[in-house]
Amino acid sequence: MRSDTIAALASGPPPAAVSVIRLSGPAALSSLAALTGGPAPPPRRLSLRTLRDPRDATPLDNALVVAFPGPGTASGEDLVELHLHGGVAVVSGVLAALTALPGVRLALPGEFTRRAFTNGRMDLAQVEGIADLVAAETAGQRRSAMALAGGALSRSADSWRSRCLDILAEAEAGLDFAEDEADVASRIDEAARDQLLTLVAELQALIADAARGQRLRNGLTITVTGPPNVGKSSLVNMLTNSDAAIVTPIAGTTRDPIEVPIDLDGVAAVLIDTAGLRDTEDAIEAEGIRRARLRAAAADLVIHLVDHWPAEHPDGGILVVNKIDLGDYAPSTDGSVHFVSATRGDGIRALRRWLADWAVSAIRPTEPPLLTHARHRDAFIDAAAALSDAAATDDFVLRAEGLRHAAHAFGRIAGRVGVDDVLDRIFSRFCIGK
Amino acid sequence: MSHYDVLVVGAGHAGCEAAAAAARMGARVGLVTLRADDPGTLSCNPAVGGIGKGHLVCEIEALGGIMGRITDQARLQSRILNRSKGPAVHGPRAQVDRQRYRAATVAQLAQWPKLDILITAAMSLICKGDHVIGIVTTTGELFAKAVVLTTGTFLGGVMHEGDQRAAGGRVGAAASNLGDGLRALGLPVERLKTGTPARLDARTIDWGRLEWQAGDIDRPQFGRAAASETPTLPCAITRTTPETHRVIRENLQKSALFGGHIASVGPRYCPSIEDKVVRFGDRDGHQIFLEPEGYDDITVYPNGLSTSLPLAVQEQFIATIPGLERAQILRPGYAIEYDHVDPRALDPTLQCLARPGLFLAGQINGTTGYEEAAAQGLVAGANAAAQAFDRPPLTIDRATAYIGVMVDDLTTHGVSEPYRMFTSRAEYRLRLRTDNAGERLTPLAIARGLVGSADAARFILDQSQRTTARALLDRLTATPAKLNALGLHTRQDGVVRTAFEWLRFPMMTREAALWVWPELSAVAPSHFASLVVDAGYAHYLDRQEADIASFRRDEGLTLDPTMNFIGIPGLSHEMADRLARAQPTTLGAASRVAGITPAALMALLPFTRKAAA
Repeated sequence: MRSDTIAALASGPPPAAVSVIRLSGPAALSSLAALTGGPAPPPRRLSLRTLRDPRDATPLDNALVVAFPGPGTASGEDLVELHLHGGVAVVSGVLAALTALPGVRLALPGEFTRRAFTNGRMDLAQVEGIADLVAAETAGQRRSAMALAGGALSRSADSWRSRCLDILAEAEAGLDFAEDEADVASRIDEAARDQLLTLVAELQALIADAARGQRLRNGLTITVTGPPNVGKSSLVNMLTNSDAAIVTPIAGTTRDPIEVPIDLDGVAAVLIDTAGLRDTEDAIEAEGIRRARLRAAAADLVIHLVDHWPAEHPDGGILVVNKIDLGDYAPSTDGSVHFVSATRGDGIRALRRWLADWAVSAIRPTEPPLLTHARHRDAFIDAAAALSDAAATDDFVLRAEGLRHAAHAFGRIAGRVGVDDVLDRIFSRFCIGK
Repeated sequence: MSHYDVLVVGAGHAGCEAAAAAARMGARVGLVTLRADDPGTLSCNPAVGGIGKGHLVCEIEALGGIMGRITDQARLQSRILNRSKGPAVHGPRAQVDRQRYRAATVAQLAQWPKLDILITAAMSLICKGDHVIGIVTTTGELFAKAVVLTTGTFLGGVMHEGDQRAAGGRVGAAASNLGDGLRALGLPVERLKTGTPARLDARTIDWGRLEWQAGDIDRPQFGRAAASETPTLPCAITRTTPETHRVIRENLQKSALFGGHIASVGPRYCPSIEDKVVRFGDRDGHQIFLEPEGYDDITVYPNGLSTSLPLAVQEQFIATIPGLERAQILRPGYAIEYDHVDPRALDPTLQCLARPGLFLAGQINGTTGYEEAAAQGLVAGANAAAQAFDRPPLTIDRATAYIGVMVDDLTTHGVSEPYRMFTSRAEYRLRLRTDNAGERLTPLAIARGLVGSADAARFILDQSQRTTARALLDRLTATPAKLNALGLHTRQDGVVRTAFEWLRFPMMTREAALWVWPELSAVAPSHFASLVVDAGYAHYLDRQEADIASFRRDEGLTLDPTMNFIGIPGLSHEMADRLARAQPTTLGAASRVAGITPAALMALLPFTRKAAA
């Protein structure tokens, strides 16, 4: 029994300048030969070929083709890429011709990466890194995804695992050889406990940094709040160069929080425009205000917007004074109070600069954090708890038990133990062709 | 020409336990051995049990086996090793009297009228197609529905004493050529080595200068039947000296091990004295235990002095050890090389995958130790009988017993050195304790007919008492304030706990518990002790239950035992090769084959079937 050969469009949907179709599997090279009708191109070199439908010799496209013989390929199998002109008819014609060949079918979502994993080209954490890389929108996200895909976390988890196994080996020797074979000295002592406490402290520092990792991956949240009609929606639109939020002179226009993505010097963030805070009889608006308060409480930064000066500086967050074009204030930013005009644009550049500096100092996107996924953080938390139990107990059997549990938790990061449904969740996140 | 249900070749610890297990299940058993006094021979040290090994003996006892009760009857003294280390790793161990051990073994075997001891030598196997249906002996052919080989170190055995070598499986016993027959059957045969020390004359040892080691006062025992109550005999402890090490170093080239006469792999954890001197060169002494071999025996076994040096060198270095200056050697030490079968060729019932009807147990599977051998013998013998009677097999998983751990390790990983049981091999160690072996295994033994009706009735009564005791502990409660008022000081956190929960606290001894809850006097001390352990480990045991459930889920996905792994889509050549050698029968077993990746397991998933519950 042999595996199918899979084919899929690897690039964005046509029409486009160029579209890339990928083929992976035992029939990849023969399929290429069937479409080009000529000799195989030299391995790993782009070659110009005319592609024809093998069923009736109809020309389909003049394309750049490249063949990567396995197993040293991204998928671990024979791999072929066809760089086509990106027309709808070209792409559908080539895919139809390919899938008419014996043993070739369209790929399922995530199937190329799944094959790379199956063939041992990547471990679980690296697969997650690839998924993040495909989804990365900012430079910071890209950096941390590349570190993950490159195996940084896997190597780190392996090294934690092997540190646990080192201490475990000593502990086990003390249990299995303690008395009847006195030539093997029992080495369980305070030194092992100190080692364990050091491990726990290091792990806790990493776990504390995981919040940063998740913010880098998921984006910071910045909530804009303030009384009705001070120009919150205008400010959001101006900062993001969009017109996502509806702007009217009528107080209470915004009911549901509106989220608009913004790239702050490589850090992903979401600006949230909320309902104006005021007492209202309107049940819908009141619900909007309740939600606005919830969002503000959970946000990484709250922008309190007002349209007059002087104004009371709120607790936490920053104060932004809008409508300076109507009053007599100059645009300025001194770090705690920012003066802007959300209609003319005065002071907006400076505010954006301030937000970017704040985001970069909060996230440090150039230093990719190790733990960016809840799955990874949970494994580390699990391990830290087990090691801390191990340090606390006087029963050597329970100490060994804690170490075993921790080693197991680190093993789960790269998928070195057990098979479970986490795989399906990971693979279901991929689009076809990746 | 005779017909048996089960033929067992070899009457060592594996063979006797196999024959007894098959006999308990009602089989007509032929136990083939070279000499009438072979059954129950302790060919190495005069002790049974220890850390990990003691667990195996308790499990054998729980399965109705004979090793534990024989040891109880032959004991000179007994102890619990690792008493300070937590109940999960307590290792019961007994020094035994060699003669009494043999006599008690013969008496055990004599209780089954359908068990024949046949004094003859097995020459080869008789096959019909792939099936093994009997053996050819020097005195004729014997036929059986299943054959169990437990040939120990006798397959192609070669003994080494310095550069002297002789064929044989033990001093005074001939080697067997059966190994060639196994090779001819296509079974993977490899070689291992082991060793034994010189035996000393007790009358020439200066006992007065040595430290003595007595057994535990409460004389722990493996079984429930009456144990020997004869006075205990102590061991003595001495140490090698720098002078001992100098003599050994200067004569290393005369050792069979270091002189290049032995190439096979020996056990790392039971090294010869020359191994210890070479590998731990910085140590100026190694502990030596002087173990008496019996009440009416002048022989002393110096545990820790295994060697393959020539006799003259053995005499020279032994004389450098305190207390042994004038010790006379009764029999020199020697190393032995022997054939074993790669146990990956076996299924979890210890039957050869390629040769139905042929079961292997003991050192032939690459293990070392009486206890390891006996435990496999029980599994092989019970399964041979089950096969003969077409009954369900006896399979024991890793979450149930050390026996299950060992059988799974052997059949999925194979061996690279003689395999010995360690507690660290068991991932569910907190659960697999000597105090609950019956609870774990006896119900299975009853279902398979391995336990007689009287023992079964006693077990069921015992279990119901334990269940009642646990229910009582769960019902009784106390507040910290109440305990304080009774003089038991504990943190006043105001939490009402059940008696079971309070057992976790160190101050709650049996006496204290009876003081708080007089109703507990109805609970037998042994049950109380076992429930204290359960209470202490409760948090961990609960966590392990989830692991065990997931382990059993994978064990429930079975693979065709004749499956060809080559050509499975998504399975690399390397993975297919590893799997083909181990031939795992469940997805769980496949996951434990060394080097197997999760990806390979995913590739196997479509080929699994849910086992019938």
